[in-house]
Amino acid sequence: MAARRFLSDLAAIFPSDRLLTERAQLIPYESDALTAFRALPRAVVLPESQDEVIETVQLCYRASIPFVARGSGTSLSGGALPDEDGVVIALNRLNRIIRVDAEHRLAVVEAGVSNLAVSKAAAPYGLYYVPDPSSQSICTIGGNVAFNSGGAHCLKYGMTSNHVLGIKVVLPHGDIVEMGGESLEGVGPDLVGLFVGSEGLFGIALEITLRLLPVPESYRTVLAAYSSMKDAGDTVATVVASGLLPGAIEIMDNLTIQAVEQSFDAGYPTDAAALLIVELEGEANQVEQEFVELEKIINNSAAYSVRSARDDIERSQIWKGRKGAFGALGAITQAYIVQDGVVPRTQLGAVLSEIDELSVQYGLRVANVFHAGDGNLHPNVLYDGSQEGMLERAEQLAGEITKLCVRHGGVITGEHGVGMEKRDYMREMFAEVDLEMMQRLSRAIDPRGIANVGKMFPGQGVPGV
Amino acid sequence: MLPTSQYEVQEAVLQSSVPLRVRGGGSKSALSTSSSGEAVLELSSLNGVLEYVPEEFTFTARAGTQLSEIEDMLAQNGQWLPFDPPLGGRGATLGGALAAGLSGPGRYRFGGTRDFVLGVQWVSGTGDLLRGGGRVVKNASGFDFPKMMVGSLGRFGVVTEVTFKVFPVAQQFSTMVLECDSLNDALEAMTRLSSCPLDIFSIDIEPPATLLVRLAGEGRALSLRMRRLGELLGDGEILLGEQEEDLWVQLRDFSWLSPGECLIKVPITPAVIPTLEARLVGEKSQRRYSVGGNLAWIGWHGDVNEIDIILSESNLSGLRVLGSAGAAWVGAPASAMAFARRVKDVLDREGKFLPI
Repeated sequence: MAARRFLSDLAAIFPSDRLLTERAQLIPYESDALTAFRALPRAVVLPESQDEVIETVQLCYRASIPFVARGSGTSLSGGALPDEDGVVIALNRLNRIIRVDAEHRLAVVEAGVSNLAVSKAAAPYGLYYVPDPSSQSICTIGGNVAFNSGGAHCLKYGMTSNHVLGIKVVLPHGDIVEMGGESLEGVGPDLVGLFVGSEGLFGIALEITLRLLPVPESYRTVLAAYSSMKDAGDTVATVVASGLLPGAIEIMDNLTIQAVEQSFDAGYPTDAAALLIVELEGEANQVEQEFVELEKIINNSAAYSVRSARDDIERSQIWKGRKGAFGALGAITQAYIVQDGVVPRTQLGAVLSEIDELSVQYGLRVANVFHAGDGNLHPNVLYDGSQEGMLERAEQLAGEITKLCVRHGGVITGEHGVGMEKRDYMREMFAEVDLEMMQRLSRAIDPRGIANVGKMFPGQGVPGV
Repeated sequence: MLPTSQYEVQEAVLQSSVPLRVRGGGSKSALSTSSSGEAVLELSSLNGVLEYVPEEFTFTARAGTQLSEIEDMLAQNGQWLPFDPPLGGRGATLGGALAAGLSGPGRYRFGGTRDFVLGVQWVSGTGDLLRGGGRVVKNASGFDFPKMMVGSLGRFGVVTEVTFKVFPVAQQFSTMVLECDSLNDALEAMTRLSSCPLDIFSIDIEPPATLLVRLAGEGRALSLRMRRLGELLGDGEILLGEQEEDLWVQLRDFSWLSPGECLIKVPITPAVIPTLEARLVGEKSQRRYSVGGNLAWIGWHGDVNEIDIILSESNLSGLRVLGSAGAAWVGAPASAMAFARRVKDVLDREGKFLPI
């Protein structure tokens, strides 16, 4: 009865075309980009205003119905997995860019605005929004905020958290709180810092004030091929030790290169054991001087083939393969699991060879494509889900890799978040007392346990599996 | 109380019957001076670097380690904390910089204390020894307790150990000092720079109308960039070398303050500056507008209640940094502080630390 009452209350807020309750309507929302977890929610609502979101949350609170906020559903950690008893608040239509303030280098946007749309809106002013997760053309700022998304430029520029100035949040009991503001500085505890990456457990970001930076005037991108992963890794170490601060340093292994070349014609040498991309960006004179230094380092490294982009077209050619790597992997395997551990840069070589050993041991291929500059690995465990027991074996291998990262002084996730997928590995990284404190905080902010429950913390039921 | 280990900090917290005021180097007098009914937990003996691998661009040290010690260590390896952590020359500690949430002029380019802290070990009001964040430069695992500690003034817990990201230090620096005809001219020049691609490192304004623009980078490119800056702004005085460095060191250590003046940090946006300056000029104050007009430092030599009123009337909030004991925050936003209190109720339910 309570459930029927709840649905009729929702119907009082939303017209029928924005309140989905039929099975066929709900199926597109049953999982996000981590398709191994699925759950059909009770309902999906499509708010078009902040007030509709607030009313929905208040309603959920009164009825103790769980809610999950969802942007474009690109989470790789199952962060937007629905609760079977709950409602999905789909925020794609809450997508106003409220303003771009070029003078103050900021943009105020609603949660459903896509990451790339912010940079597009800022472009006429010579500004851009720095964080660039691979899914940036569709992933939303609200999702980026909830999971503290990264991208290829985190060593130099940090993650989402480092580019959010203020957030208007609806808390799980329906109150509104404004954290931060428009200034780069604040007084009082850094609540914006606490909220970003809280994975929806503290409520829903409605409106976000983002920091913008001037678009780099010039880029210099170099692609170098190596006959061993170790040589590529050593070159990264030399680049970093030289005092250069590249915008991006990326590595792909042979399996990834093969996959990329099958899908696109990126012109990568398919015989390379490892490909290194290093990109400098900034003021033109500065970049030219730095590039002289970088070329020297790369030419003195063990690279057997080096290609520098001479213009924007060649630059995007180099990046095309890297940015499309995850998609390309889909073409050479029935399915794959993406891992997201981070290790100290000096441990990259050791960790990669241990991954190789594990791959042999498990009889599963692992394709490595990663942000070498910040030590963020993306080992992709390839498997065939139609074969009995293979998914379980792949999950086990992925878990081993995650634990391996922690053992080498790293963390379980660099940018995808814990979500559903890595909950059980939180214990590898944190002591029981740390997890208990995080959970107590979560319960205090969300006493009825309705805000994206089940995510982040280990030892809870798994809906829909 | 002068703990020398995190376990002694735990002991001190568990045994304390009056609220604890956490003090590092005592360089921020308004925050470290105790009032009656409190006890001081002094962290200056909880010091020392625990891990530093220059290739990783990170270090871990105990919270009571002096900033100057860290800066010397980093400099030997061509690295630095690029946000000019304030009061390093006056004995400020890492933990103090974090808890007070202070950053200097260099914060403009790459971010401040909040953007460079990666991990913390801390003792909550419940006496638990906890960890948050990690020791690597990228991390999305669990709640970001390290950032929550920034600006929390030890109200949530005592940070005992911190991990920071560091950067390679720029090869050279150059600063243009431009005397403008009016404050509005200086602000207008700053606006022109806000979206220019020169990779400006710092922009400060010294009233009445002096604009300071700092660039950092490779030497030959730097002179070309300074020339471009001149084309944008007109000719100013160019500072290089020691003189240039001293200017910014003095700014971050507030050498411009008169004896006895208290210091208040006020987050702003550039749009606020004309009104704030008009309100304060001729009053008992000095001002420096830092971080591209995102931060006002106010040196005040009148009754502190008066400046509180001025800030409230201007709809601004502030943090008292130097001066006598008193309320730390002025006019902090109500809904955010209410949320912070809910957080505190969990982390420090018995009120072992000062209230928010």
